[in-house]
Amino acid sequence: MVSGAEIMVKCLELEGVQIAFGYPGAAICPFYDFLYQSNIRHVLVREEQNAAHAASGYARSAGRPGVCIATSGPGATNLITGIATAYMDSVPLVAITGQVNSELLGRDVFQEADITGACEPFTKHSYLVKRAEELPRIFKEAFHIASTGRPGPVLIDVPVDVQQAEIPEFHYPEKAAIIGYKPRTQGHALQIRKALEAIEKAQRPIICCGGGVVLAGAREELIAFAKNSGIPVCATMMGIGVIPMDNPHYLGMIGMHGRTSANRAMKEADLVILCGARVGDRAVSAPQQIAEKAVVVHIDIDPAEIGKNMPVDVPIVGDIRIVMRALADQVKNTVPQEWLDQTLGYKKTYPSRGEPRTDSVEPRVFIRDLSPMMQDNAILVADVGQNQIWAARNFNVKEGRFLTSGGLGTMGYSIPAAIGAKLAKPHRQVVAVCGDGSFQMSMCELGTLCQEGVAVKIIIMENNRLGMVKEFQDRLYGKRYMATVLKGDPDFVKLAEAYGIPAARAETNEEAKQLAARMLETDGPFILVCAVDPDVPSI
Amino acid sequence: MKYTLSVLVENQPGVLSKVSGLFARRGFNIDSLAVGVTEHPEISRMTIVVNGDEYIVEQVEKQLNKVIPVIKVKVLQPEAFISRELSLIKVNCNTKQRLEIMQIAQLMNAGIVDVTTNSLTLQLAATAEETETCIALLHPFGIKEICRAGTIALEKGSGVTAPSGKK
Ligand SMILES: Cc1ncc(C[n+]2csc(CCOP(=O)(O)OP(=O)(O)O)c2C)c(N)n1
Ligand SMILES: [Mg+2]
Repeated sequence: MVSGAEIMVKCLELEGVQIAFGYPGAAICPFYDFLYQSNIRHVLVREEQNAAHAASGYARSAGRPGVCIATSGPGATNLITGIATAYMDSVPLVAITGQVNSELLGRDVFQEADITGACEPFTKHSYLVKRAEELPRIFKEAFHIASTGRPGPVLIDVPVDVQQAEIPEFHYPEKAAIIGYKPRTQGHALQIRKALEAIEKAQRPIICCGGGVVLAGAREELIAFAKNSGIPVCATMMGIGVIPMDNPHYLGMIGMHGRTSANRAMKEADLVILCGARVGDRAVSAPQQIAEKAVVVHIDIDPAEIGKNMPVDVPIVGDIRIVMRALADQVKNTVPQEWLDQTLGYKKTYPSRGEPRTDSVEPRVFIRDLSPMMQDNAILVADVGQNQIWAARNFNVKEGRFLTSGGLGTMGYSIPAAIGAKLAKPHRQVVAVCGDGSFQMSMCELGTLCQEGVAVKIIIMENNRLGMVKEFQDRLYGKRYMATVLKGDPDFVKLAEAYGIPAARAETNEEAKQLAARMLETDGPFILVCAVDPDVPSI
Repeated sequence: MKYTLSVLVENQPGVLSKVSGLFARRGFNIDSLAVGVTEHPEISRMTIVVNGDEYIVEQVEKQLNKVIPVIKVKVLQPEAFISRELSLIKVNCNTKQRLEIMQIAQLMNAGIVDVTTNSLTLQLAATAEETETCIALLHPFGIKEICRAGTIALEKGSGVTAPSGKK
């Protein structure tokens, strides 16, 4: 006989899960009891939201689904923001929650929450398991759904009696067989032909690279396509890192907080090739205007993204990697020199801003200083707020990664995600950049960091403000600073010391540079606090 | 404009809420939704009538296709399908009016399923327009209660909407 709980653990093992992030409670105890005997490393976080964020950082770095676990009721509801964050950025997660006894479902018993119902809008799929016999099929399907097509979170809610139930034998299916789920990967040859024709005709083409390119692992293919076609490239925030900032064809990030060079080129283009970008409003504020002037080619694995926010002339549904390869192989360089001179000229017209300071740390300059100090394959995790924009615009991703919560913009993402990323890639430098507000949303995870001995470096941009909101108030609300001044913050260096984490505070750019060097040389975690003038703008 | 969609789904709990939740969330207007099991017991067919334009119906189709237990979505072409709606209409009716109402019933191909001294209940299986006409004809007598099931539809001809997987 084998119990539901044992089956759950076995399924995870058979899926090759090595690490799971979680937080226990009564309704998930049978499962934890079998995890006790497993080789799967369980990382106890300090709050469930961060289990999901850590699993997200892990998944994005490891390229395989991240696993997070919570108990029923409040444990499960705490997960929601993390699941929603992963959903918006198409991160493959398998979230497992305990649930009250199935016979008591619907009676509002202690710690009952309809978590599959609550997560419906934020999950790619979800299961409320009714019988232990269903567990193997459900786990197989969950991992398959989470990691294929457009990735996303899948939730498995398991009542405690299902975990305890004993069934005669365990058999794990080889493959998931879901009749209604067959993501298309190969791009349609005719559509690819049409895209090539559009490229040939275009006078002012541009490639816009989104997070889908990263998810598809199509970095090389996209670079080859850009190189062979000679078309200049811009990126959304989620597409940062596909093309190194110093690539001569790269125009920078588009959008509300993007580079003027990239935004101008998008506006003036007569052909826009969207690659795995869903045209969110922060990235493209007026998609209709762009589509009126330009032919739009949209490549995405999710057909529902094509035409959703922007009218499209040439839709290509497929795996970006396969489509990019085909395009790269067949495209000819027909880009007029004039257009290149014009757009690449914008890069000089609109240079990066900020000068080194001696009264505080100018954050934009500091990120530009930090960039070359880090290893080529380093992972930078940016939180949300001005700190995110400073990092996004000024950090040069070479061979590494730029991770952030782009879709939901969830403050507090960086530290747990960095922990997950470091556990996935222990030999790479992992640095989290956060604000003083966002740091305090997940600073409880310093405990996790110490407990697991994870060498994540944390940079706190201390401006004593919810800087990005304050900036809105500066521009749009007559400088009425309602609820954006952070008072009562602790001394972050002392806080770090309380955890036994080495830390230092920089008050000039020169100091910041030196301390960053020390931070990167230090084994184990390090917290670098940068004193930042609250009036430094995001862009 | 109204569009009729024929949607094959896996016959399992929670599918209806996934589909209806999707409509609510994305601001699609459902005119009616009818669901019932098909010739395959593990598959149900939903007939959904939505109000919207071409953009909306394309979005509805694509978003429905993303719901994992949805097997196939077909937007039925106008004129190329048969649709029926089942209604029960309880109407005021004294002995003098009975004959007149029975004539209307005959005209509209409705059956009489319940009679009392002061009421008559009609059963009608017709298109949405015919149903409206029948209701209008009965209106002068005083309608006590109406219960309408959502529209169901099948394509004309011998072809079938088979569960061959999604496009
Ligand atoms: C969970 C959450 N709550 C609120 C917001 C709204 N918000 C966006 S940026 C921001 C300020 C962030 O402050 P801080 O972390 O100090 O970063 P800064 O902008 O100062 O660099 C807020 C409150 C959010 N994005 N996420
Ligand atoms: Mg701040």
